[in-house]
Amino acid sequence: MNLERRKMLGSTLGVAVAGLLGGTSIAHAAPEDVAARIKELAGEAEVKSGAITLNSPEIAENGNSVPISVSVESPMTDDDYVESVVILAEGNPLPSVATFNFSPASGEAVASTRMRLAKTQNVVAIAKMSNGAVFSDTREVKVTIGGCGG
Amino acid sequence: MINRRDFLQFAAISAATTGFSAGLTKAAAQQSLTQDDLLTFDSKGTLTLLHITDIHAQLMPVYFRPPSENYGVGAFEGIPPHLVGEDFLSHFNLKRGSALAYAHTMVDYVDLARTYGRLGGLDRTATLVNAIRADRGDNNVLLLDGGDTWQGSYTALKTNAADMVECMALLKPDAMVGHWEFTLGSDRVMEIIDNMSYPFLASNIVDTEWEEPVFESTAFYERGGTRVAVIGQAMPYTPIANPRWMFPDWSFGIRAEIMQENVNKARADGADVVVLLSHNGFDVDQKLATVIDGIDVILTGHTHDAVPEALRIGNTLVMSSGSHGKYLGRIDLEVSNGKITDYASTLIPVFSDVIEPDKTMAAKIAEVRAPHEEELQRVIGKTEGLLYRRGNFNGTWDDLICQGMMQERDAELSFSPGFRWGSTNLPGQDITIDDLYNQTAMSYPSVYRLEFSGQRIKEILEDVCDNLFNPDPFFQQGGDMVRVGGMGYTCSPKQVMGSRISNMTLLSTGEPIDPMRNYVVAGWASVNEDVEGPAIYDLMETYIQSEDTINIPRNDAVKIAGMD
Repeated sequence: MNLERRKMLGSTLGVAVAGLLGGTSIAHAAPEDVAARIKELAGEAEVKSGAITLNSPEIAENGNSVPISVSVESPMTDDDYVESVVILAEGNPLPSVATFNFSPASGEAVASTRMRLAKTQNVVAIAKMSNGAVFSDTREVKVTIGGCGG
Repeated sequence: MINRRDFLQFAAISAATTGFSAGLTKAAAQQSLTQDDLLTFDSKGTLTLLHITDIHAQLMPVYFRPPSENYGVGAFEGIPPHLVGEDFLSHFNLKRGSALAYAHTMVDYVDLARTYGRLGGLDRTATLVNAIRADRGDNNVLLLDGGDTWQGSYTALKTNAADMVECMALLKPDAMVGHWEFTLGSDRVMEIIDNMSYPFLASNIVDTEWEEPVFESTAFYERGGTRVAVIGQAMPYTPIANPRWMFPDWSFGIRAEIMQENVNKARADGADVVVLLSHNGFDVDQKLATVIDGIDVILTGHTHDAVPEALRIGNTLVMSSGSHGKYLGRIDLEVSNGKITDYASTLIPVFSDVIEPDKTMAAKIAEVRAPHEEELQRVIGKTEGLLYRRGNFNGTWDDLICQGMMQERDAELSFSPGFRWGSTNLPGQDITIDDLYNQTAMSYPSVYRLEFSGQRIKEILEDVCDNLFNPDPFFQQGGDMVRVGGMGYTCSPKQVMGSRISNMTLLSTGEPIDPMRNYVVAGWASVNEDVEGPAIYDLMETYIQSEDTINIPRNDAVKIAGMD
């Protein structure tokens, strides 16, 4: 979360896809759809936790623009680097939010973006490593209709 | 694990000499309790932390009835601060009818209120603070203000908090944090801070554009022969619980990872003691204490919980110093070789009748109230019963407000937010403008009149209920359940979101709420911009004047399930 401006600008350029809300008639993605998408990304590899950290607010201040950031531990050498990170939203009409592609020249696998969340849901980040290993991290983001705190 | 000796000592003094309240005259009770008793403390080490929080602009002593319901869920069920009444008394070994029983619970509340009188008053607090500073030495004491200081009274509203800013300047806190402060709008907040002689800290506020810190996160002090870092934390859900449009460029959140970084930085900068001055709420801070390494003391606020001593959670002490100026929290720390080796803590109830007011502060309070004194004293009605706000589901002040909104806006139902601020009126007391604004003084007071479907009403209730009863405290926003006029329902706090609210019934007909039908609803404190309608304090002034004598019937409209 505590990204410096320079890093954030750099990483934002890496956004390849930003599938946000379509028409309201589109049904929301189900967790199974996201699970199928993860399987497709991982292929034969086992999806493990660790290595990747997804940061998001616990409760969105504004569901139309939810800041998230992701970082993956990796030496980022020619032999061992992060190839890509995919962000998926289980409850959005189109679950694919963003794909960040990296190379050893990226230096570090850190990225951030903002996404629209239609409702309270899990957001999943998947990292694909150059050696074929796959890691994931999941965070629930709550989208409220209004608070009465005090 | 917890050293209760000091606290029991004080409890024994007040219990032994006052006994059960019945038959005691006010004079007898007050003779037995003295300013010196309140200041009696078996001090430790050389460093003292003083904590005052959630004053809600109460410069004068108040009656404030503690809640009869304060349910905890998950890991937090049945432990402090989720203890009320007899359970609270037995957990903390307090004698029924004692001064501390009155300060902390609603047991025998009205009788004891007449015996022990009002609590608080910033001039009384100043006396206690000055006495402790004199005793321990100025260079050994840190006074920390946990926020919600600049909102909650007629004079704070009319002066844009200038009254509180001037009075607090005399108390000389070493730092503060915020929540309702932000409802003055970002420009006014910055204007005040620019002229303040102590820092306004917030580790968890960043600008929405670049996510860079807006405020200082940490302040360092050399006190008690040791280096102390104080990290500040604003109410994490301010932009959700309050109108985001009033501070559109600031983003909040718990931001535990930034907190850990700031703790690590403080240690790297040589801090022997790291204090978190927090407006997270008690359960959020109970969890935070377990997920952040290296915080010695959390001074917590927001949820208005008054716990008689600091609780130890792992290696962290958590102190929660109540609200409305009723208490002054104190923790003494013995620090050797950069580590805390002993401590003692207490929450001092500010019994206003036995504490000599500090003259300088009393004069300043009189000065800031003087231009408004006639209006503050203006009587608009009288109450036959007890008027109070605190409670998870309702309180008689909000019952009155819900009645008023339905009547004055010709609505079938009404919503009043689950705020925890607002003083108490005893049976037979007049209701003044001062009293009314203690319940309603805020910067987005319009009373809307809208149609909601039965389905939408259920969604709103479920949403607010999850803010209160989500078993993960990081999803709790603080505050209580929205109060509903004209409708009954059953609440099952331990269920999941979407399944907590059932049996919604329109009280006027006894019929179930129809999910498909629209209902006319009046409510106040909407977080949306450009809400149309009269201000709640104007509407309620009209309503109370027309009723003249207020008598709130017993309210059993909300049933609780699954909490026995």
